[in-house]
Amino acid sequence: MQDDRELVMGRIRDALAPLKERAEYPEWDPQLPVCKAHPDFSSDWELFSHKMQQVNGTPIAGLDALGKWLHEAGLTLGYCDPALADELRAHPAFAGLTLETTFERARVDDYTFGITRATGAIAETGTVMLSDADTSSRLGALTPWTHIAMLKSDTLYPDTVTAIQHFGDDPSIVWATGPSKTADVEGILIEGVHGPGVQICCLVD
Amino acid sequence: MPTKSQQEIDRFARDLKPDVYQSVYGGTKATTEKRYEVLFRDYPDPDLLRQTAGQIKQHTLENLDKYLPQAEAALKANGAQVHFASDGDAANRMILEIMKANGCKSMVKSKSMVSEETGLGHYLEDNGMKCLETDLGEFIIQIDNDHPSHIVKPVAHKNRRDIAKSFEREGLGDYNDDPETITRRARKFLRGKYFEADVGLTGANFVSAESGRLTIVTNEGNARFCMAATPIHIAIVGIEKLVPHDRDLALFTALIGRSGTGQHLTSYTQFIGGPKREGQPDGPEQMHVIFVDNKRTEVLASQCSEILRCIRCGACLNVCPVYRQASGHAYRSVYPGPVGAVLSPLLAGSRFPELADLPKASSLCGACNEVCPVNIPIPDLLLRLRDKAKTEHAEKAMKGTPPMGMFGLLASQPHAWRAAMTMGAAMNLTPDAIINIVPPAAAWNSCRQLPKWRGGKFRNWMKSRSKN
Repeated sequence: MQDDRELVMGRIRDALAPLKERAEYPEWDPQLPVCKAHPDFSSDWELFSHKMQQVNGTPIAGLDALGKWLHEAGLTLGYCDPALADELRAHPAFAGLTLETTFERARVDDYTFGITRATGAIAETGTVMLSDADTSSRLGALTPWTHIAMLKSDTLYPDTVTAIQHFGDDPSIVWATGPSKTADVEGILIEGVHGPGVQICCLVD
Repeated sequence: MPTKSQQEIDRFARDLKPDVYQSVYGGTKATTEKRYEVLFRDYPDPDLLRQTAGQIKQHTLENLDKYLPQAEAALKANGAQVHFASDGDAANRMILEIMKANGCKSMVKSKSMVSEETGLGHYLEDNGMKCLETDLGEFIIQIDNDHPSHIVKPVAHKNRRDIAKSFEREGLGDYNDDPETITRRARKFLRGKYFEADVGLTGANFVSAESGRLTIVTNEGNARFCMAATPIHIAIVGIEKLVPHDRDLALFTALIGRSGTGQHLTSYTQFIGGPKREGQPDGPEQMHVIFVDNKRTEVLASQCSEILRCIRCGACLNVCPVYRQASGHAYRSVYPGPVGAVLSPLLAGSRFPELADLPKASSLCGACNEVCPVNIPIPDLLLRLRDKAKTEHAEKAMKGTPPMGMFGLLASQPHAWRAAMTMGAAMNLTPDAIINIVPPAAAWNSCRQLPKWRGGKFRNWMKSRSKN
């Protein structure tokens, strides 16, 4: 395998050797990939909510509203990040809901929802950010039909450029923009392919 | 319409079933329209984004000797194991060795164009391993033993009835061609397979040399599932996928979704720097990254190195009038469409003559260049490859092409040219049967309408204008 490394690197050097000069890295404004400003929204949360709805996501503000949503959807048993479970169980809006804090693979289809912490969110695109450091179980955030990411407002970033500046050194960061989807069959959009069919972001300040 | 053209791609276009044509044409047109809508709504100057992205990629390619070792070092520092494969066979062997060394028997696989190049799935099956595609489109391709026809939408050539029949045949339920039912059945079947598998394989859309992070974009979430349920993650990555910095990823993730499917961002954009950390319940304990050459360095050394900027968004396929008429299988290679017409003959190496006709599968209208998010001058590259085919006397590229030697002689003799222009008016009165006596003219004439001869009028116009 080491031989292949030297072989490939040698070929690269040979391929580049005839170049008299090499293309410079261009000077570019870091704001270049940032979308045009949206004057219609007075806060990042408002813009985030609008953008998230555009990608068929569901923004919810506060635990009262989240508990009500779960009851109305008839979802009563789900996986929950152990760090959030006590607070949620104690909240009146969650009465009657079962929150399990261990994700068991054999019961993957029993969990009707999964609640995990969001590492952040991106207002510009309606995106939820999940990192390993903040996500108690990758499977708990991915396999239930409904995934709920709990977001604190101080980690709501205006755009992708700012979000990348907050990567840190976490080995796994995922941006989830709306539910899982496909259009492979005749271009018809179907949600919930392998991941959640419903993606919720709940603001919990 | 029957055609006697000797170009292979014309025969594919002729034989395309009407419903496949409708599916391909409708899908590509809709995606092109969505691309325009989101790019121009979101940015005051989308071309500046394209140009900048192209410059960044060109800079990276021309400094690969610096950035590839940098990415390697960063990945190793994150705990990943890095390998290099000189060709497709070497890449396949490495994957098999990793699986055998860890006692693995099965793999769930996310979409990866490099693994299509190497024929990984069949290779693993031949060596006693199970390898299951998890992208819905690729899964359908696998159960049908077919080939993808589009970079982003592999089953663009299949309709719901074809897919329903395949699912019924494979025991995935009774015939039902409702797309939602098809999708749910695939979800149910595949999620069990993720948990059974030993290895999850992905590609990578970008690799940051700065942090070693692999960026993997999917809409279905299957790559995420592969990296949540299995203990080993293998990423098979072309050496051209590098970008210098993490901040570049903001530019490229913005462009790939908008260009490919008209989305601001794909549903799942993952940034993976290494295996899971201690204490994390899910995720791979081992991460292997295999950087694959497979003739990319030959492309880098060629006059067409710009094609290595390609980020596989499929925008050039969607906008191409030839792709829309002929569909992806007409390109007879892993990469279809305008990008394929350039890349496939180059990656073929000594088999270049077999695909040397592909650069002729273009109207040279320039639409592919206009939509390319990394500003690849595809029409220029097609012309360079046509020249290469001619220089190397590639027989396939010459078929149906009238010899131009006589034309060159005529065009360089003013008296002969003037006489030919005057006599050419007789063409308007010549029946097709006479024209078709000359085989190249017959081939051309079989699928096109000969325009009316208007030669010589320009000289008369100039003369009368000079008098005035």
